[in-house]
Amino acid sequence: MSLIALNGLTKAYPGVVANDDVSFDIDRGEVHALLGENGAGKSTLVKMIYGLVKPDSGTMVFDGEDFAPAEPRAARIAGVAMVFQHFSLFEALNVAENIALGMENPPKPRVLSEQIREVSSKYGLTLDPDRLVGDLSVGERQRVEIIRCLLQDPKLLIMDEPTSVLTPQEVEVLFETLRRLRDEGTSILYISHKLEEIKALCERATILRHGKVVGTCIPKNETAKSMAEMMVGAKLKTPKKSKTTFGKTLLAAKDLSLKSVDPFGTSLKNINFKLRAGEVMGIAGVAGNGQDELMLALSGEALTDAEGIQMDSVWVGADGPTERRLRGLLTAPEERLGHAAAPDMSLTENTLLSGFYRQKLGRRGFVNFEGATAFAQKVVEEFDVRTPSVRNAAKSLSGGNLQKFVVGREVLQEPTVFVVNQPTWGVDAAAAAAIRQSLLELASGGAGVIVISQDLDELMEISDTFAVLSEGEMSEPRPAKGVSVEEIGLMMGGTKV
Amino acid sequence: MIRLEQRANPSKEMVMWTPVIAVIATMIVGGLLFVALGKNPFEAIRMIFWDPLMGANASYYRGQILVKAAPLIMIALGLSFGFRAGIWNIGAEGQFIMGAVVGGATGLALYPMDSFIVFPLMIVMGALGGFLWAMIPAVLKIKFNANEILVSLMLVYVAINFLSGMVTGVLRNPDGFNFPESRSFQEFPAANNAELWAGTGVHWGVLVTLGLVVAAYVILTRHIFGFNIRLAGQAPRAAKFAGVSPNKMIAICLGLSGALAGMAGLFEVTGPAGKLSTTFPVGYGFTAIIVAFLGRLHPIGILLAGLLLAVTYVGGDIIQSKLSLPKASIQVFQGMLLFFLLAVDVLVNFRIRLTNQGAV
Repeated sequence: MSLIALNGLTKAYPGVVANDDVSFDIDRGEVHALLGENGAGKSTLVKMIYGLVKPDSGTMVFDGEDFAPAEPRAARIAGVAMVFQHFSLFEALNVAENIALGMENPPKPRVLSEQIREVSSKYGLTLDPDRLVGDLSVGERQRVEIIRCLLQDPKLLIMDEPTSVLTPQEVEVLFETLRRLRDEGTSILYISHKLEEIKALCERATILRHGKVVGTCIPKNETAKSMAEMMVGAKLKTPKKSKTTFGKTLLAAKDLSLKSVDPFGTSLKNINFKLRAGEVMGIAGVAGNGQDELMLALSGEALTDAEGIQMDSVWVGADGPTERRLRGLLTAPEERLGHAAAPDMSLTENTLLSGFYRQKLGRRGFVNFEGATAFAQKVVEEFDVRTPSVRNAAKSLSGGNLQKFVVGREVLQEPTVFVVNQPTWGVDAAAAAAIRQSLLELASGGAGVIVISQDLDELMEISDTFAVLSEGEMSEPRPAKGVSVEEIGLMMGGTKV
Repeated sequence: MIRLEQRANPSKEMVMWTPVIAVIATMIVGGLLFVALGKNPFEAIRMIFWDPLMGANASYYRGQILVKAAPLIMIALGLSFGFRAGIWNIGAEGQFIMGAVVGGATGLALYPMDSFIVFPLMIVMGALGGFLWAMIPAVLKIKFNANEILVSLMLVYVAINFLSGMVTGVLRNPDGFNFPESRSFQEFPAANNAELWAGTGVHWGVLVTLGLVVAAYVILTRHIFGFNIRLAGQAPRAAKFAGVSPNKMIAICLGLSGALAGMAGLFEVTGPAGKLSTTFPVGYGFTAIIVAFLGRLHPIGILLAGLLLAVTYVGGDIIQSKLSLPKASIQVFQGMLLFFLLAVDVLVNFRIRLTNQGAV
């Protein structure tokens, strides 16, 4: 018998139907995956279950009774708990205090600490209730959120992209916990777009596309590719690289150090690497281990010692972004809106950010708007950016389309070296494949490419060499072939392999 | 409780109409103010807005409007660049004074030289005086992250005291019976910024201002510098990505606005004011802030806003003399204009929501 059944849930926002007649059910003691691309309506759906959003129509039955939570508290009382992708924790408070803040009637601190220890040992989630949250790793912080949920003794646990911040080892621990919960009869609704994980963990999967249920499957019987194709609704091509021989060194970092200006940032310590022509170097790491700082140091937004970075045997560490671009070092930062592109400016205007000098989109400082429009048009056409026109503001584009624009803007400028941070973060599968393909083509053409990413599958798919960034230090790059996921996990955790 | 909720798509049309609505609201509330002062509001409003343009002595007043509008527009143009980039120079009044003092002192030092070089040299020195005065907040902001709003504002009062120190000291007119004022530039032909055509009010400053409006328009819409200014204001991190150095931006924006304010001060002291004196500062540097915002930080808008504010200045003089209203009443009137502009702006961008529950 099912624990929760959704019948025809519909929710429309102005201009978009987020959920259109969605129906499925979750059994007791089942791990059920909710699959879909960004914007497919997964978030809206779980928000309805958790009482954050009211459906326009449709009904839910939970544990044999009609279920229409008016607010999250009602959902929690009924037995629904949720671990969000973004944590809501106070760094200056300890674990027990943080958990008490989220409870309706918190018990006495000593009793609560005891309960936390009990639950954490029962499910293999090591956690000391007296430690400050500020001192915890991301994986440990997630445990705080999970234990907060488990203390409510939920019947249904919703997890939204829980593994995006974890190392492979931490993922394994989390899965152990989730399997133990399932065996005790707790149902889990698991949202992710990491298909290998879903194969390993989930019994059934419901697939959403454009707000509608387009299919259900048993993940064990599918391949990651077949599930991805169900999500996208089209055949996917696997990106391929035409050659794997490397030329001369294009970019080198020599004892590159950078003190982070952000008090919570990570300083870079003595980073060394060489990037050769035709090489795609993948740099993995859990967020906050110096990726942003490395990106700034390579783009020239943060200056280092001149001799920290060498390009074509010229020291460029003390040169700003414009000088580096003219030398052929182009970058695409992680944050699309506000960093890689100005939200309120048109696509044409946004080409000027990195293209004004390199593409000569002006004379004596005067902008040639015809030239900029033509260049924007070229990016839109060659990278299949869906937009009514290049006059539209950057913020009016969807994440995937804007990412294609941002990557395309740099790739079409024929960089000698291209550094990109999180190229496919929050991008749908089809767009992600297109972006990866363009990176590989760039390398085949003789450019050097550095991809900084938290998505290990992506890095394994496209990298020739592979390094890990951990607490501002970078491991020595090694050939990507033959590196096992376990090894990478240890490297991400800071262990030298 | 009342909440402000951001509108998803603020109406473009309303953004255009905001200044007009603000002017009308100012007329209404200003009218009530005049009623409270025991005057006929329709007569007072007419005297402020209509008489300077079309009234009995309009031909004289029209020249006065240009004389008053020119420094307002020139200063506001300089300020608008910084305001777009999020750099707040509030001390244009100080830079205006320092431009007049430095440029004026240059001329006085050359007295009574009769050479065509004197006046252009004074203009350059005036701009330099304002530029250097504005570089003080710029350097303090770059080196120590000192707030440029406070520093530039404080320096206004330093400049006022510097001016009075000068006109009671080294710059005092040796033939002036110890009055705290300099030699008159009107009696120093090589340094005099006289009316170019009698009765029109047009002096060199007015022509330069018109040229600057065109230049500012071209730079803002066509030049990469104007683009970078807009970029830095809208998306500071994207500006860094594009290679715009925030420190350079601070120095350029403050320096440019200081130079224009200084130049405006020089044109004023050698022309309409005629001499350096303790009564020289009349608040153009502050009113220019209103002009910049009323003009939507756009050169053409600033041109129109400067003319409008100049009308209220001239109209203010008229109601002072004809209705014997206090000078403060017209200052309140101008202040209201900025207040209503900002208020209407808020309502265009946000909607007011009454909610019966507290914050969630």
